[in-house]
Amino acid sequence: MPEVTYLEAVRDGMREEMRRDESVYILGEDVGVYGGAFKVTAGFQEEFGESRVIDTPLSESAIVGAAIGSALLGQRPIAEMQFADFIACAFDQIVNMAAKLHYRNGMAVPMVIRGPSGAGTHGGPFHSQSPEGWFAHTPGLKVVVPSTPYDAKGLMKAAVRDDDPVIYFEHKFLYRRIKSEVPEEDYTVPIGKADVKRSGEDMSILTYGAMVHQSLTAAEQLAGEGVDMEVVDLRTILPLDRTAILDSVKKTGKALVVTEDTLSYGVGAEVAAIISQDAFEYLDGPVTRVAAPDTPVPYAPPLEDAFLPNAEKIAAAARQLAAY
Amino acid sequence: MTVETPERAGINVPDREGLYASMFRMRRFEERAYELFLQNHIHGTMHLGLGQEAVAAGVAAALRPDDYSLGTYRGHNHIIARGAPLDRVMAELFGRATGLCKGKGGSMHLTSVDHGAYGSYAIVGAHLPIACGIAWSSKVRGTDQVTVCFFGDGATNIGAFHEALNLAVVWRLPVVFVCENNLYMEFTPIGSVTAVVHPAGDRAPAYSLPSVVVDGNDVEAVYGATAPAVAAARAGEGPALLEMLTYRYSGHSRTDPGAYRPAGELDQWKERDPIAAFRRRLTETRADMDRLERMEADVEREVAEAVESSLNAPQPDPDDLLTDVFASNETRWRT
Repeated sequence: MPEVTYLEAVRDGMREEMRRDESVYILGEDVGVYGGAFKVTAGFQEEFGESRVIDTPLSESAIVGAAIGSALLGQRPIAEMQFADFIACAFDQIVNMAAKLHYRNGMAVPMVIRGPSGAGTHGGPFHSQSPEGWFAHTPGLKVVVPSTPYDAKGLMKAAVRDDDPVIYFEHKFLYRRIKSEVPEEDYTVPIGKADVKRSGEDMSILTYGAMVHQSLTAAEQLAGEGVDMEVVDLRTILPLDRTAILDSVKKTGKALVVTEDTLSYGVGAEVAAIISQDAFEYLDGPVTRVAAPDTPVPYAPPLEDAFLPNAEKIAAAARQLAAY
Repeated sequence: MTVETPERAGINVPDREGLYASMFRMRRFEERAYELFLQNHIHGTMHLGLGQEAVAAGVAAALRPDDYSLGTYRGHNHIIARGAPLDRVMAELFGRATGLCKGKGGSMHLTSVDHGAYGSYAIVGAHLPIACGIAWSSKVRGTDQVTVCFFGDGATNIGAFHEALNLAVVWRLPVVFVCENNLYMEFTPIGSVTAVVHPAGDRAPAYSLPSVVVDGNDVEAVYGATAPAVAAARAGEGPALLEMLTYRYSGHSRTDPGAYRPAGELDQWKERDPIAAFRRRLTETRADMDRLERMEADVEREVAEAVESSLNAPQPDPDDLLTDVFASNETRWRT
């Protein structure tokens, strides 16, 4: 199997789907001639032409709205938000239009909205956010957050083939920093299924995105201290794989929920609530969360480091929880 | 900016009695719907298009059955004009299981894909970009279907309006934007918060978008302005915008008496009632009045039957709350 970067996996997923299905097309800012701000769609316009890889104006409402309209008629658009933060400009189109068209009108909206999210690249307050929680609270959407090249490609293919609007947040810190083997043959990663990235008996870490890698590092540290950690990668935030979360926590009796997103009212709160309600009898310690503080994402490296959860912070929380 | 009249447009309307009947059908439907609202058969609120019938009728008459249209929350006229069956429209207002949206949408969400009516949109202006996407789809599929997007004057100050106009021109889309300028956004006159006189028509030139301001109370003028715009879009010549000057007789929503309107304004517009005026014109021009009266009788019967069937239609099953969230018809949020 060839080794590919996370970025290449996103790209390969889209390219293969576009080759497979003519109704798939890409639209977004600078995605065509320039090949995307992060070069994810480099070479696409040459291969698929201007009518399937479309440079749009800086108009997120129009980008998502046009994608919705074409999806209603059976096309399968992939709309790129150049940075996930910019998705706020298209909020109404996503949460009021795409999310509710099927429920209120019975019209399916098969589309993907993808955006590079996350911090660690010194992008500052408007180029570093993790906006998945905004959309996880909206019935009618699906939200995926791959952490590895394998998942990035498989979830992209699943998202394109899904009949509902899927928000696909790819972590830009991982783009060129991680690389792993990805099958050449066609495969998908099912939406709504978590994946145990590390098996363990003493404590469960429930996490996703870039924090999967920080959690795995923390788990190695704890292994040296005699604590056997399990790392569950949620992969999909909505719909959440409740079964996988509960199975893991029932086995280990301890739950550490790790998100890069800020602490309050986020995905971590939902996961913690599920565990508290449905695995209460199995718990040997408090459900514990590690997350960014409730602040915007700062620019200066010392501030950004202080903001971001990392392996050390996760390990510290794990030690406290392990002591119960 | 000139106002198009039928004489100026110089276009023959193919079926004048039919055009009249289309308006009469909307009028009688809404009059009955309002009575039923007062009797508590219809819930929530309702936004009536009484007085604006000529716009929907004239525009729809210029469309083919396989063309697309998108309407607003004041959208009974838009969907009825496309031929949606009155019993299913009324049942949706009643919130019954037989309604166009199975009771999940109500008055502001009417949709009938079978009639090319791709939804009513109760977030002002949000559907203009969606109309662009539908028009893009026609273009990509190589069909010559045209998309019409109705919106109110209030939508012209929303960003989505401007983003959509620009995109439609840049992509040369087969879309016709139809602004129903009834002078009031909700409870405030559009003129008091807008930098230009014609909120849609005056903005269009900034996007090199061909536009015309039309007497929206004259159904033949509406048809006369729409037909060439639709023909041009169909021929691949790109989008257009039509600003229809009209007036709503009711307030913004059911509870609004419209007290903010100057004394006498409503009466002045009622003297120019689109349906009464066109009926007079038809009489004067010796249209087939026997046929017209038969059509009126048919409408009365259809409306009565729609009311009767809606009163007897089943309520939605509470279990249906959980269906349709996803297109795959999953009923649970979490796997």
